[in-house]
Amino acid sequence: MKPFTVHRGRVAPLDRVNVDTDQIIPKQFLKRIEKTGFGQFVFNDWRFGADGTRNPDFVLHDPRYEGATVLVARKNFGCGSSREHAVWALADFGFRAVISSSFADIFANNSTKNGFLTVRLTDDEVATVMKRAQDIDEYWLSIDLEKCEVRDDQGFSAKFPVDEFVRHCLLNGLDDIGLTLQYDADIAAYEKEHPLGTASG
Amino acid sequence: MKIARTLFEKIWDAHVVATPAGRSPIIYIDLHLVHEVTSPQAFDGLRAAGRRVRQPLRTVATVDHNIPTEPRGTPITDLIAAKQIAVLQANCKEFGIRLFDMDSPDQGIVHVIGPELGITQPGMTIVCGDSHTSTHGAFGSLAFGIGTSEVEHVLATQCLAQQKPKTMKIDVRGKLADGVTAKDLALGIIGQMGTDGATGYVIEYAGPAVRALSMEGRMTLCNMSIEAGARAGMVAPDETTIGYVKGRKFAPKGADWEKAVTYWRSLPSDADATFDNVVEIDAAQLCPFVTWGTNPGMVAPVTGRVPEIKALEDSERRAAELALQYMALEPGKRIEDIAVDRVFIGSCTNSRIEDLRAAARVARGHRVSSNVRAMVVPGSQAVKRAAEQEGLHKVFQDAGFEWRESGCSMCLGMNPDILQPGERCASTSNRNFEGRQGRGGRTHLVSPMMAAAAAIAGHFTDIRNWKYQ
Repeated sequence: MKPFTVHRGRVAPLDRVNVDTDQIIPKQFLKRIEKTGFGQFVFNDWRFGADGTRNPDFVLHDPRYEGATVLVARKNFGCGSSREHAVWALADFGFRAVISSSFADIFANNSTKNGFLTVRLTDDEVATVMKRAQDIDEYWLSIDLEKCEVRDDQGFSAKFPVDEFVRHCLLNGLDDIGLTLQYDADIAAYEKEHPLGTASG
Repeated sequence: MKIARTLFEKIWDAHVVATPAGRSPIIYIDLHLVHEVTSPQAFDGLRAAGRRVRQPLRTVATVDHNIPTEPRGTPITDLIAAKQIAVLQANCKEFGIRLFDMDSPDQGIVHVIGPELGITQPGMTIVCGDSHTSTHGAFGSLAFGIGTSEVEHVLATQCLAQQKPKTMKIDVRGKLADGVTAKDLALGIIGQMGTDGATGYVIEYAGPAVRALSMEGRMTLCNMSIEAGARAGMVAPDETTIGYVKGRKFAPKGADWEKAVTYWRSLPSDADATFDNVVEIDAAQLCPFVTWGTNPGMVAPVTGRVPEIKALEDSERRAAELALQYMALEPGKRIEDIAVDRVFIGSCTNSRIEDLRAAARVARGHRVSSNVRAMVVPGSQAVKRAAEQEGLHKVFQDAGFEWRESGCSMCLGMNPDILQPGERCASTSNRNFEGRQGRGGRTHLVSPMMAAAAAIAGHFTDIRNWKYQ
């Protein structure tokens, strides 16, 4: 997994609440059997018309946000389906992090497995970042996982919470299957005590 | 003195394998359900790392998400879907996993077949690469959806590193009125708490109205927990649960059964156990609900109206405006005046035999409106056979409903069953997100009875006034 330490990037404002995973990556694109190549389909139904024409009004098509690597959206980002394809699509499109005031549990979990950061700020802080991203040309943010802090060039900064173990894995790009397998003896002991087919097993 | 624990805490404690310092606890997973859409990349990961499936016998697979619901044997014309199915078949063969394939008499939606085969049992930890895994919590198991990386993690280790969620009790007092179903209870709860009201929590549904639900009703209720943001939903096992599991194909037998039942009876939350949050719901206040917007929290009573935007809180207004624009609805419109083009009865929320019986009772002796195309998609081959034995398929077909093969179908439209742009659908599924049932499609979530009634009337109608034939 690609480590996440400090990232500085342009911010794109997606001013919506409850951005669900069906919007992030519509179901017609879930039939691929690879993890790659989903970026072209991110927010497909918002970015493109039914006939494939580009929607110039969608925020990611605004030239001001070209090359943005940080997305800011309102509360409950990533709700709905468990599809990890949503994270793969955002990451493949070029995003490294999403800022919101809350995230759906499964989306947040999936993010951590892909070196992709979910940055939780308060509603007021999200509103500040949203407004600045809309108003200021070339609005950039630094996301510092070492200090658990976001900073812009205009003097705004805010701390964000992150689980210590998740932070450790992200900073070091650790494969958490390998970490669990360090406890192989414990797993084997548990399996011996709880054989398949028993009530508590 | 023994510390009082909730149902969730008892199951969690029984599954902790290790608690590494400074890390999330490692918990054991008893049952891993697998389907074609969220698993191929996980198997690829195993191969790339040279890992095996640790417990193939604790892993069960089926195909449900992208398969057609035309008669079995009809060639799959979507080549990418066909490939995804072939890849699951090959992976199951390579790693020794039981697969209930297209031609199996036990095939069905993963959250329908687990329970009906007796694979889902109280006290288990159950995961699947699907958010509606919460369904299985109806049995008093801890069941939650995971992404593909965690699918790979469970395949390789039979464990997950998980932060312990918070607990919420939803205590449903009183009794649901006739025509008010588990689906309406779920929609009522989500309407009240919003689609993120339970984020970070495992919900335990309790109280007389929950105890009175059948297993099918409890599955519907737990299924929708994720739509309130919950990690999982649970109902404590009782005689209804035990009666349902008994005698099923993979249920424990003989002395194992007796031992299992004794254990299951120890699982309900202790009387003095505490929850991080408690919500009380008065069942008598609930009615048949219809969603009007683009998330499951946007609900109105069938006798109500599409809300006035100005009556909403500031934070809700913008989302409501966008939703009404997408849904092509005017504020203040009576719900019963909303006409539908399509009706879908199916999905892991509402495709079990009891759901089909309820819908058939409404449909019997009536005709689907000439403006409506209506389909019934049983949740599994077993549900389909049971319905046909009872003659329900004839009731539906005589009324003008299509009777199809089992699968996820138009709940998410990964197969050819989709809405056309602008079509409006009364659906018994779980999500009314933009484009969920087909790009430009407009979904209204309802109970099976309400869906059947809408098919016949051509618009939403209060099932409590239905003229049964």
